[in-house]
Amino acid sequence: MELNRRDLLRRAFRTGLALFGSAAAFDVVRGDLLAAGVPKAAAPRRAMAVDIARCIAAGDCRECITACHKGHNVPSIADTKREIKWIWKETFERAFPDEAHEFTRQDLKGKEVMTLCNHCENPPCVRVCPTGATWKREDGIVMMDMHRCIGCRYCMAACPYGSRSFNWSDPARVLPVKAANPGYPRRTKGVVEKCSFCDELADTGKLPLCVTACKTGALIFGDLNDAGSDVRKALAGRYALRRKPSLGTGPSVFYLV
Amino acid sequence: MLEKALSGSRLYWSWMLLLALAAAVGFAFYLLQVRDGLVVTGMGRDTSWGLYIGQFTFFVGVAASAVTVVLPYYLHDHRVFGPITILGEFLAISSVIMCLAFIFADMGQPFRILNVFLYPSPKSPMFWDTVVLSGYLALNLLIGWATLGAERKRMPPPRWVKPLIYISIPWAISIHTVTAFIYAGLPDRHLWLSAITAVRFLASAFASGPALLLLLCAAVERFTSFRPGREPRAALSLIIAYAFTAHVFFLILEFFTAYYSGIPAYRHSLGSLFFGADGGAGFMPVMALSAACGAGALVILLMPRLRKNNGAMMAAAVLVFASILLEKGIGFVPAGFNPSPAGALAEYVPTLPELAITAGIWAAGLLVLSALFKITVSVREEA
Amino acid sequence: MRDLRIIIPLLAAVLLAAGLPVLYGLRPGQESSPPKLELPAGEKACVMPADYMRQSHMTLLRQWRESVVRTGDRTPVSAGGKTYEKSLSGTCFKCHAKKSAFCDRCHASLGAAPACWDCHHYTEEVAHGAE
Repeated sequence: MELNRRDLLRRAFRTGLALFGSAAAFDVVRGDLLAAGVPKAAAPRRAMAVDIARCIAAGDCRECITACHKGHNVPSIADTKREIKWIWKETFERAFPDEAHEFTRQDLKGKEVMTLCNHCENPPCVRVCPTGATWKREDGIVMMDMHRCIGCRYCMAACPYGSRSFNWSDPARVLPVKAANPGYPRRTKGVVEKCSFCDELADTGKLPLCVTACKTGALIFGDLNDAGSDVRKALAGRYALRRKPSLGTGPSVFYLV
Repeated sequence: MLEKALSGSRLYWSWMLLLALAAAVGFAFYLLQVRDGLVVTGMGRDTSWGLYIGQFTFFVGVAASAVTVVLPYYLHDHRVFGPITILGEFLAISSVIMCLAFIFADMGQPFRILNVFLYPSPKSPMFWDTVVLSGYLALNLLIGWATLGAERKRMPPPRWVKPLIYISIPWAISIHTVTAFIYAGLPDRHLWLSAITAVRFLASAFASGPALLLLLCAAVERFTSFRPGREPRAALSLIIAYAFTAHVFFLILEFFTAYYSGIPAYRHSLGSLFFGADGGAGFMPVMALSAACGAGALVILLMPRLRKNNGAMMAAAVLVFASILLEKGIGFVPAGFNPSPAGALAEYVPTLPELAITAGIWAAGLLVLSALFKITVSVREEA
Repeated sequence: MRDLRIIIPLLAAVLLAAGLPVLYGLRPGQESSPPKLELPAGEKACVMPADYMRQSHMTLLRQWRESVVRTGDRTPVSAGGKTYEKSLSGTCFKCHAKKSAFCDRCHASLGAAPACWDCHHYTEEVAHGAE
């Protein structure tokens, strides 16, 4: 059979497409078969639920803040312009500006709730970091690498919750000489820091320091992928708010009303 | 050709020495900042960017404005800018150097700057801004040096310069667009979260850059034998007029959306910038001055009789430059942090070290600019 | 050739200036010896052999840092029958508690100033172990 060049190219292309296409299809099918056969352990999806009523009922309690800041050698700086805080109290109106109104319920009006990094599903801070010094781990924790941070503070501009703090000066000048927790490093000037959901404890199956320190059981921590976890059970039973949800950040901190 | 920057009149040397002194003072304050940290500035947890980043934003615009004198000449054969394209390119070089210096000054850990290149982050506009700014600097250095060198040898520039010039045109637009993307994609920063931010940036860049270039041409005519001529200056005035009018118009558009929509966050942000809030004046004095300068500039720019008058046009250029410097280089960035995520008003006043470092970087930029302009003038004097 | 009268003396002066540090070290009584390190009492072995640590402890620390901080892998390492956490503050300082008696000795003599101490160091009087 006589084949001119155009026909040859046409046939070669179709044959190639068939071969590669089928190989790709085979890969996909094989992948699915493999996946179906061997169940892969899903990474946990760490989240926290804050029981507002219990937290408010504890009044001036600051146990979680003290435990966190001591456990991570967070310096205590009086000037609010330069303060460093990983977890702190915010009034209901300031934490939930879209929820508060003139006739907010009396037990919420002006009362303070705990706020911290929300470890968002879609974190803007991670998107903007130019060096990858902050990133979202598989288990949901938005992590901070103080070694790589260049101190550009873009993440601080990107965070809509004000969860991040910058070391404007050397924290060693303010920290007590006897370190509260010598097993955990402090930070140096010029880097950003924030709550890390106690990744050093989560990696060994322990609860965050704030959760353990809370006397009223207002802080619930767990795995959203586990239907039997404390946080899922809490969310199943109660109505929960999140901070500024319309921004699409997907916060992992839920506030049980 | 560099040696031409090392010979000059007494006036030249006095000017260069003064600039070097100012830069040295700024550098000394910078060493203070390296020692003590950014606590020496007026920035804080809620207003985490201030004068440095504001000035960086402003000067990226000035750098990008070189395209206004390059594009007509190379894309449309409109030769009116012939004598001053090189000045525009050298202005771009010194502006980009100032931008890089401002970023370096603003970083908490500046000696880790290579991390940006060691660990590239394609999702970050700041990563891309570093890339495009470095590329733009390299482009303008190559183009400027090659064209001036060729002019000196009375030869046409080498063939590879043309494609680089063509690349530099969209590249100039890109540097300022990417800079705008740093701001325009941040959720809940309503002063910045607008599609028109990038457009406003470009309009103000194409007004403030040529305004500065016009003033520099006047300075060159005053102090050297090089005469850019009446026609390039008239063309620059037209560009300034159109760009500044567009810039003011875009600002009005922002006001409409902020106030007519009734959405508090947007209104609070823009309102706190222009009118102060919570009983405090905030940036109102800065913006009031900017508006006054702008109004004065518009009067001159929109009346052909005044625009064609040399003295009036110089005044307009100063007013345009001042108005945009105040709005973009001082107000825009720190005011974007208002209101804070908790809804509070964040105060920001630059401190003495911050101002000194900024002045030092201005001096360093002017130093580079003066050296490059001196080389250009000397080459042209030889001809 | 006329210029040789200037070049040769100037060259000799430059070589002398460049050689001064070497000459300084060769003074009589100036014997160069490695710094004496105070080893922790009671401990016989480190996480890696001493030779490796002398040459490459920075590499090890960097690997630990990548593993723990970037990957989240805190699997303890085992050496000599014991397990150790991958932690500078938590493991290394447990034994080498006095930085000035150990780490600083070599670093000072070699002019190495690692930035690690900015964050990973506390005063020596503090007892370790709590987390």
